[in-house]
Amino acid sequence: MRAVQHFTATAVICLCAVLGAALPASAQIKIGSVLSVTGPASFLGDPEKKTLEIYVDEINAKGGVNGQKLQLIVYDDAGNPNNARTFATRLVEEDKIDAMVGGSTTGATLAMIPVFEDAKIPFISLAGAIQIIEPVRKWVFKTPHTDKMACEKIFADLKQRNLTTIAMISGTDAFGKSMRDQCVAAAPKAGIKIATEESYGPRDSDMTPQLTKIHNTAGVQAVVNPGFGQGPAIVTRNYRQLGITLPLYESHGVASKEYIKLAGPAAEGVRLPAAALLIADKLPSSDPQKPIVVNYTHTYQQKTGQAVSTFGGHAYDGLMILVQAMQRAKSADKAKVRDEIEKSKSYIGTGGIVNMSPTDHLGLDLSAFHMLEIKGGDWTLVPGT
Amino acid sequence: MAELLQFAFSGLTVGAIYALVALGFTLIYNASDIINFAQGEFVMLGGMTTVFMAMAGIPLPLAALIAIAVTTGVGLALHRFAIEPARGASPVALIMITIGASVFLRGVAQIVFDKRFHSLPPLFGADPIQFGGAAILPQSLVVLAGAAVIVILLWLFVERTLLGKAVIATAANRLAARLIGVDTRRIVDFSFAVSAAIGAIAGILITPIALTSYDVGTLLALKGFAAAMLGGIGSPLGAVVGGLLIGMIEALCAGYLSSSYKDAAAFLIILVVLVAMPQGLFGLVKVERV
Repeated sequence: MRAVQHFTATAVICLCAVLGAALPASAQIKIGSVLSVTGPASFLGDPEKKTLEIYVDEINAKGGVNGQKLQLIVYDDAGNPNNARTFATRLVEEDKIDAMVGGSTTGATLAMIPVFEDAKIPFISLAGAIQIIEPVRKWVFKTPHTDKMACEKIFADLKQRNLTTIAMISGTDAFGKSMRDQCVAAAPKAGIKIATEESYGPRDSDMTPQLTKIHNTAGVQAVVNPGFGQGPAIVTRNYRQLGITLPLYESHGVASKEYIKLAGPAAEGVRLPAAALLIADKLPSSDPQKPIVVNYTHTYQQKTGQAVSTFGGHAYDGLMILVQAMQRAKSADKAKVRDEIEKSKSYIGTGGIVNMSPTDHLGLDLSAFHMLEIKGGDWTLVPGT
Repeated sequence: MAELLQFAFSGLTVGAIYALVALGFTLIYNASDIINFAQGEFVMLGGMTTVFMAMAGIPLPLAALIAIAVTTGVGLALHRFAIEPARGASPVALIMITIGASVFLRGVAQIVFDKRFHSLPPLFGADPIQFGGAAILPQSLVVLAGAAVIVILLWLFVERTLLGKAVIATAANRLAARLIGVDTRRIVDFSFAVSAAIGAIAGILITPIALTSYDVGTLLALKGFAAAMLGGIGSPLGAVVGGLLIGMIEALCAGYLSSSYKDAAAFLIILVVLVAMPQGLFGLVKVERV
């Protein structure tokens, strides 16, 4: 009798142990994302969504992270920061995510930061403005180059071409405003004079009044257009309509073939700072980024039938940095993952080589940017940049 | 001077579109006392359907005709399936139905089409014409000409044809029109169909300049409504003048003040008109004899 009881007890305990060990393995790591898949920033959010989906599937097919599968939860804020904030709260309270990779636009990101800071969830943003990481916030990181770097790269190119007086026409969205402020701050040091400034709303469909005023301002040698999405495409079209022949510079907020498609032949000769991803096939084989960007380009094009954009690349970098941090931390614990993200070193991504630190939650320097010019409807590298 | 001319051109171009939308509002209002807030969606449907037909390989002129036909069908369906069954309801309820229809159409457009911005090739090329120091796009001239042709055709139709007279009769007094044998239901059908067609043509003409996407209808409807109110709701001439005026005010605001306030200009006008001059510029003060 006692032997049977003893045996049954052991069997039950063993069964419980086996079941208990099996349960955590079936729990998934939840990665949340709020992206501007529709609306004026759709050519940022749409490739970001597709990229995250493709690579989460790929990682899960290879066994997941630390033996756990990833679950991606994406919400569409339609380019409206208020919606982003609502979805961020939903991700934290209802979906109970472990980490967040998202925020296509600066406006959406800035709206969501307080939610993730309060909930102590690591947040890797895909937006441009420098305010996202300056001042450094404990839980917030980002992958795209900052607007400040864009201004510095543009000004360096202007000086190279001996152009020192410019006009600026910026979008009134958060990124456009932020980059405009950064350019105004960086101009005196770079020896650039801003002769006049105009602005436009992100959903405007006609910028000819503003461009007319710029055209009629004496001494302007080049025009810089901080903004993203549809606005710069219309600015570019209106620019050629008015017959303005001065050099036009865009920001990396237009680094997508959609911009070239929307702007049409007007985009010829436009220059912009952008990541190596756009010229993947034209990079020298000694460039450490080449294998990564070529691989990403082919995977993305094959799975979606669309050309790559830097925005999808930033989402790729965000996801990979997060996943590698989780692998180093050997868990999905939010605080440990955060610490590991901050320790990311020599991560070679589509945006550049990332070296983060407690004071630098971006990890890129100016060498991660190249100056591109649009020729024949395609990106070309301006030599020596 | 050249600057003013430039602003005037862009103002007139966008004003022509507001005028066509306002004309659509006026037509339906005249025939049935309903303000159709789905008017903006007709413009969107015209542009988006043409783009997607063209993407499917259909030659552009045919795609445009198909788009106009489809939008007219949608306008008729709106009347037959949404407005007509509720015809006894109060005007406010009917307006709410049209707002619901506009949201529905926008939702369907997101699924059937997509959520990105699209363009069409301009009719006569993209090289601007220099005139008096200002650059005007050939497409702008096409938009203005198109609007003028539509207005003239409508005027001719109303003045010279029996059906046109029947529309006027319905607008003047529905009961009396029915008493003399006018089928007012058909007239309202017709007004919805024509409004939809006008909206579609406006959408096709403006897409090469202002791009189109699934949600351009909302703002257009509001501004077209402001234009109709400014000109006097119920007056076709008022609709056209109101539209052009709002377009001009927007462009001058963007040019001389700041572009951030440009949208506010149209809405400020609605407020001013509703307070100071509810009948608008050309509207007649309604007198009811008791």
